[in-house]
Amino acid sequence: MSFYNLIIIAFRALERNKLRAFLTMLGIIMGVGSVIAMVAIGQGSKQSIHDQLSNMGSNMLTVMPASNLNGGVKISGSSFQTLTDKDITALKQQAQYITDISPSVSAKGQAIFGAMNWPTTMQGVAPSYLDIRKLTLKDGITFTDQDVLTSAKVCLIGQTVIDNLFPTENPIGKVIRFGNIPFQIIGILNPKGQNAFGQDQDDILIAPYTTVQKRILATIYYQNIYASAANEQVTDQATAEMTQILRDSHRLRSDEQDDFQVRTQEELINTLSSTSGLLTVLLTVIAGISLVIGGIGIMNIMYVSVTERTREIGLRMSIGARGKDILLQFLAEAVLISITGGVIGVLLGILSCKLVTMILGWPTIISESSVVLSFVVCALTGIFFGYYPAQKASRLDPIEALRYE
Amino acid sequence: MSKKILEIRELKREFVMGVETVRALKGISFTVEAGEFVTIMGSSGSGKTTLLNILGCLDKPTIGEYLLDGVDIKKLGRDELAQLRNHKIGFVFQAYNLLPRTTALENVELPLLYNREISSEERHKRAINALEAVKLADRHDHTPSQLSGGQQQRVAIARALVNEPVMILADEATGNLDSRTSYEIMALMQELNRTQGKTIVFVTHEPDIASFSSRTILLRDGKIQKDTQNPNPRSAREVLDNLPVTDDY
Repeated sequence: MSFYNLIIIAFRALERNKLRAFLTMLGIIMGVGSVIAMVAIGQGSKQSIHDQLSNMGSNMLTVMPASNLNGGVKISGSSFQTLTDKDITALKQQAQYITDISPSVSAKGQAIFGAMNWPTTMQGVAPSYLDIRKLTLKDGITFTDQDVLTSAKVCLIGQTVIDNLFPTENPIGKVIRFGNIPFQIIGILNPKGQNAFGQDQDDILIAPYTTVQKRILATIYYQNIYASAANEQVTDQATAEMTQILRDSHRLRSDEQDDFQVRTQEELINTLSSTSGLLTVLLTVIAGISLVIGGIGIMNIMYVSVTERTREIGLRMSIGARGKDILLQFLAEAVLISITGGVIGVLLGILSCKLVTMILGWPTIISESSVVLSFVVCALTGIFFGYYPAQKASRLDPIEALRYE
Repeated sequence: MSKKILEIRELKREFVMGVETVRALKGISFTVEAGEFVTIMGSSGSGKTTLLNILGCLDKPTIGEYLLDGVDIKKLGRDELAQLRNHKIGFVFQAYNLLPRTTALENVELPLLYNREISSEERHKRAINALEAVKLADRHDHTPSQLSGGQQQRVAIARALVNEPVMILADEATGNLDSRTSYEIMALMQELNRTQGKTIVFVTHEPDIASFSSRTILLRDGKIQKDTQNPNPRSAREVLDNLPVTDDY
């Protein structure tokens, strides 16, 4: 019996019982459809969490002076003054995994406007800092590299400062005083809310770092260097690269400890990704169980079918079907059911993903691997659950099968 | 001397039922030559069915030789027997055994699907020819439930013919039919036997049916009681023509 004939035989047998074949298929359709939809929803939510994290600057790297031993006494890192313009230049020239880089200095002080005043922090940074931290402007403009060169007395203002200094007015263009220096407000930051440690990220003024260094702090050192890796995947490489460049720049011997440390947001990303990863696994397991139930449905129907069609099997054997032919026929029927169910299930899964995105607005990502995998699984389901009934059929004695009532 | 289709020598078949051994066939010998129309008769328990199963290569003898078209079936395995059935035997059953909800044409095609040497065009052509041979050319697309008993049996005969077997083996093929339809089937069998030279082995318990064949083998208690040639078999066609017009009531 050729493969083509086998398919004809199996197809004709299924055709005789279209409704039953369809109902059997339904289990597989639901199973495959739900696997695909669940994985897509899980992946979608993972991606959207990821995107939100990226908006918070998940590829951000922070360099800070490290604590160190100084004559046997441990000294806090922040009191060290090791990061300079030389480091920034070296990083800009040599680093390949880094896209943006900005030094950072900050000064605490009282911001004054007219009769109002408010204790806040002024952070001196390069214009690229806004990109690194994913800060955006609600209004106005940001300062430029030219402003950095001229140590311009301009600043961006956070929402908390606005609330306390400008309860009724538009702050753009106004001049406030910070540490006795007048600063013109040129832009308003979009609120960011609290960070993970409960600090108000909107209680801030942002100015060119040269301005803060020269006009307020009178220092040549930086407190931090912020950088962004090209993407999240290369944060490790970027960290290693920055460490090496900074060690070279600081002329550290190989036996000396780093006098700085590079930190990433990786921990945060990992925690949140693993939560949504767990969700995906959970959904997939539930959907996988329904696929198995679909498979058991096939097995059940195939067993019933073998018993019901005993005479047919006897007839087929008497006109020349070998045991193997009968086995293959029933196996082919089971696989045809499961594969057809699989195809419909894939389409249904994709359709329901589109509907979920359209109606509920949930992001969904249909991964090719989940389509391929569930398809392979359902073909295997057909073979696995179809095998035993098929074997039972193939072992019938034609004489008894022909007389079966 | 024409070709021997069946050759049986000292055929015995025993079944072990628990501690008892049932001897269904106790040593049977006969040969059937090409073009013969043989009926095998016997009451129930005579070993008729056992002999039929062996002749149909569904069962093997315990002792003795059986050559079908020169092939010794004793040496063949299960799969080879299946192939032999496919190539050399055309079965016709009492209960027709057509696949339900399947068209006449597809039913007739069935044996050819298990023969990998036959292309789908050839299969289609042969099935149509076989249906024509049983005068059902206009019923290709009818399913068994849309056909009468006689028509169903004719589809089954077409199915038995389609593989061009050396022998048609009929098991009480008229058992489920009324006498008029039985005569129609016998007329068809006679025609196939005479015009196409088909060898037919017909198992029945009705002497009336046996009178249409050219030879009758009577079995009794697992042995051949009588093997009679019938040089002038009745013509089923004539009997049919002489039947009174169908009763109207």
